[in-house]
Amino acid sequence: MAEVEETLKRIQTHKGVIGTIVVNAEGIPIRTTLDNSTTVQYTGLLHQLTMKARSTVRDIDPQNDLAFLRIRSKKHEIMVAPDKEYLLIVIQNPSE
Amino acid sequence: MGAGGLNTKGRHTQLGSGYLSCTSAFSGSPQPQPCHPNDILPLTLTSATQELFGCRCDEDVTGDNPYKILRKEDIVQDMRMRAAVSDFSPMKQLVLDYPEDELLLVYDRDFIYGSSFYLVLTADAKERHLKPVVALGVEVALEREPSEVFAAQKTSEPQPWISLGSEQEIEEESVTDSRPRLKYRISRVRREFGAPIFFSDRNAMETKDGFIECTPYQDKNFSLKQMERHTGVQTIPNLKSSSTQTQWTYPRSMCTQYEPREFSEEKKENCLQSEKLKNFVNSVASRFEIAIQQNEIMDVFFDDWKALSEEDSGYGRKADPHLKEYQSFTDLHFSKEKTISNINWHPTINGVIAVAVTERLSFEDRINGSTKLLLNPSLILFWSFSDPINPQLLLECPDDVFSFEFCPSDPNIIVGGCMNGQVVLWDISTHVEQLQGTRTSGGKNIAANTNALNETPVVRYCAVSGIENGHKAPITDIQWLPGTFEVSRMGVPMENKNGICVQIVTCAPDCCVMFWDIRAPRVLQTMADQRKQKVEEKPLENPHGVPNTFKHLDLTWKPLIRVSLPKIDTSGEYSPLKISLRDNTCDNHTGSNAGEYLPSLFLRKTRLQLVLSTTFCPQDGELVYTDWKLEKDNDSGRLFSAKPSHRFIIHDGQVNTVRRSPFFKDIILTVGGWTFAIWKEGVTNGPIIQSSCSQKKCTVGYWSQSRPAVLFIGKEDGNIDVWDLLEKTHEPSQTQNITATQITCIKPWIVSSKQHLLAVSDHLGTLHILEIPWTLRSPSSNEKLSMSKYFEKEVDRLVYFEKRREMRAKEKKDYEAEELRKKTPPVVQVLPLKKMREACNFHHRYT
Repeated sequence: MAEVEETLKRIQTHKGVIGTIVVNAEGIPIRTTLDNSTTVQYTGLLHQLTMKARSTVRDIDPQNDLAFLRIRSKKHEIMVAPDKEYLLIVIQNPSE
Repeated sequence: MGAGGLNTKGRHTQLGSGYLSCTSAFSGSPQPQPCHPNDILPLTLTSATQELFGCRCDEDVTGDNPYKILRKEDIVQDMRMRAAVSDFSPMKQLVLDYPEDELLLVYDRDFIYGSSFYLVLTADAKERHLKPVVALGVEVALEREPSEVFAAQKTSEPQPWISLGSEQEIEEESVTDSRPRLKYRISRVRREFGAPIFFSDRNAMETKDGFIECTPYQDKNFSLKQMERHTGVQTIPNLKSSSTQTQWTYPRSMCTQYEPREFSEEKKENCLQSEKLKNFVNSVASRFEIAIQQNEIMDVFFDDWKALSEEDSGYGRKADPHLKEYQSFTDLHFSKEKTISNINWHPTINGVIAVAVTERLSFEDRINGSTKLLLNPSLILFWSFSDPINPQLLLECPDDVFSFEFCPSDPNIIVGGCMNGQVVLWDISTHVEQLQGTRTSGGKNIAANTNALNETPVVRYCAVSGIENGHKAPITDIQWLPGTFEVSRMGVPMENKNGICVQIVTCAPDCCVMFWDIRAPRVLQTMADQRKQKVEEKPLENPHGVPNTFKHLDLTWKPLIRVSLPKIDTSGEYSPLKISLRDNTCDNHTGSNAGEYLPSLFLRKTRLQLVLSTTFCPQDGELVYTDWKLEKDNDSGRLFSAKPSHRFIIHDGQVNTVRRSPFFKDIILTVGGWTFAIWKEGVTNGPIIQSSCSQKKCTVGYWSQSRPAVLFIGKEDGNIDVWDLLEKTHEPSQTQNITATQITCIKPWIVSSKQHLLAVSDHLGTLHILEIPWTLRSPSSNEKLSMSKYFEKEVDRLVYFEKRREMRAKEKKDYEAEELRKKTPPVVQVLPLKKMREACNFHHRYT
């Protein structure tokens, strides 16, 4: 538990990181540093997107699997790391 | 013998006068013999006979009179005499048998019966002939009288039936016994009647003829093949019809409400504790670290090429960075020998600008020429771009106006501060349409306008403060408090829920800052007063056509609060020239949340932050910063304002401009003397930027509305300096000469994204409108960010210098202490002294 905390805190304290969210397989947030409504919104949307991305990768090559998803927008970068049971989302503001 | 041929042409003779009948015998002529009744006999008479009996054809007997009576005796005699030659010989016996004495001979002119004459054989027939005759379809026209005809038809006598052969048909059809009927008699033994019946089977095949069968046979009719057939053919599109039963759905409002699933706290805890999560996070964290660090190092998506091009395009597109003259207004009538003290753009109507025109006289001259001045009223002119010659509207003022402002929430209300200390209110709502009309119609209506209105309309002020209540010195600055703000009688700033600006703050060099309220004072009135007022109000007319908007304030207007700012160090008070208020309110756009926002809003801002520029003598100016609040003096119970927190003297002359930047709420520009300075609120060490002294005095300054780094400074030689702080800070980036005299006011205005205008007024009373070129109006990329960074840097610099100063002061003190100690006998060691000296030397050299 403390290890998990520590790792997450380490990620959180990087420069420009706005928030981190840990989501379970069903899309329910377990741990977050953002407020509730934002968390719910991010979780819902990114969960679906991750599933879609993963299915895309596997369709092309069934032996392959999605390792990491980065979405770069004008303002932020959203990074998603999927797993069989969990999802870790990090939002960072890359410039300034 | 009587072979009288059928010689109609010939004459027939007749024999005797008897009645004869003879058959006509035709020799060789195949003429069919017509049927004749039995009682007449056709006969041919020779001409000799005819002469003898006197029945010559067409002489004695004619068609009209064909009857000739012949005596029997004559006929008999004729027959005796001529025997075989006589025409009557064939019918000798008939003649002899004739019962009567006279026979009728009828001339058959038309040979109906085959001969030229016929003899009637029976007496009845004779009677019949002589009497009305039976019509046989013959043209035997008997001369009868009409009465006989009718009489004959009515009473027709029964005639004997003449057989025409029909009875034979009937006989054939009728059934008659052809033989006698046969009779049979059958008998049977009685006991055999009613006996039980016993049926038995019998094979039909056993006996011959046991059955009769009707064998089927192939009827050839049905196997006929039709070889040819004649039909018509037509092509039609392929149609297929089908039907379904559809279900009719009617719209029904439905809604779904959902909320995201969430875990309870315990579940979350459980999850967090789980081993799987730990493994997951450990495995995944490294990827994140790499990615985040990548982002930190460099922004890979930053388009350098594009960013580079943006700056270049500024130079390439419009090389001319100068302010172009757009229009200039001067009125010979009203602004002759006058100067413009203040300019204001109309906030809502495009192209309308108002200028306050004042006299260019010094104080003594004013006193000397006061009578003349009274005759020429002071005015505020409204100019419109559509008409550069005539002002659109004139506002009449009791005295020269040095500053005026449009009300931000209602642009029809204008407040001005006069030279005699009065505060004046105008309401131009009646003339707004005219102002708007001149702008939109442009050229078309100018002719109409000039015809209709030969002179510009003059609007008189609708309220003016009482002279004794107002300032005692010319009002130099007047401002509306923002619409969300209001100050109570106690001086506590409060939330103004209406959003309408209702309060004004004025300042004058009489050491007063006054707050005015334009609403009607809620004064308790006695009944008598109310009655009196009502009576007075009715006959009260509007002599000057002034709207009654502020009638309640006219001549009785008192300031809400009168504030004087005591000096910090010395006694006395500051005499303010210009005010700048900090707009501390936040956006109240979220109306629905207003209820929640409000308490927090005014809890935060219970103080009014003012920055005042004051003067304590005409030559010097200082800047006073105060977080103003009225306090109650416990001793006397009076309200007085707290001492200002800071004051600065940096300008060498009067500070004539105190302006906040439109982009940064805490950056203030002050212009005075030969310099200008930029301040940041909260930084109390000094201005964060101060310009170098320029050659000429700076008279006005203003921030650019669209570029955070640009300022306009007006000089007393008619130049405008454009400073671009990101480009150069030691000198203006460009200077442009606008007019020959001192510039009195600068006001920029954004008309549209393509047109930014700068209104510049000069000491001669001319208003110049300049167009700001693209280089000066479009911000470069990240300009605001760069500016804020620049300001931060400057602040850091100040802080650093402050620290350095302190450190130096400390070191100096230490050094002096050390020097002092040196004079006394040294007790301490030499080494530390030397070291200290070295240190001091080092410091002296490098600071």
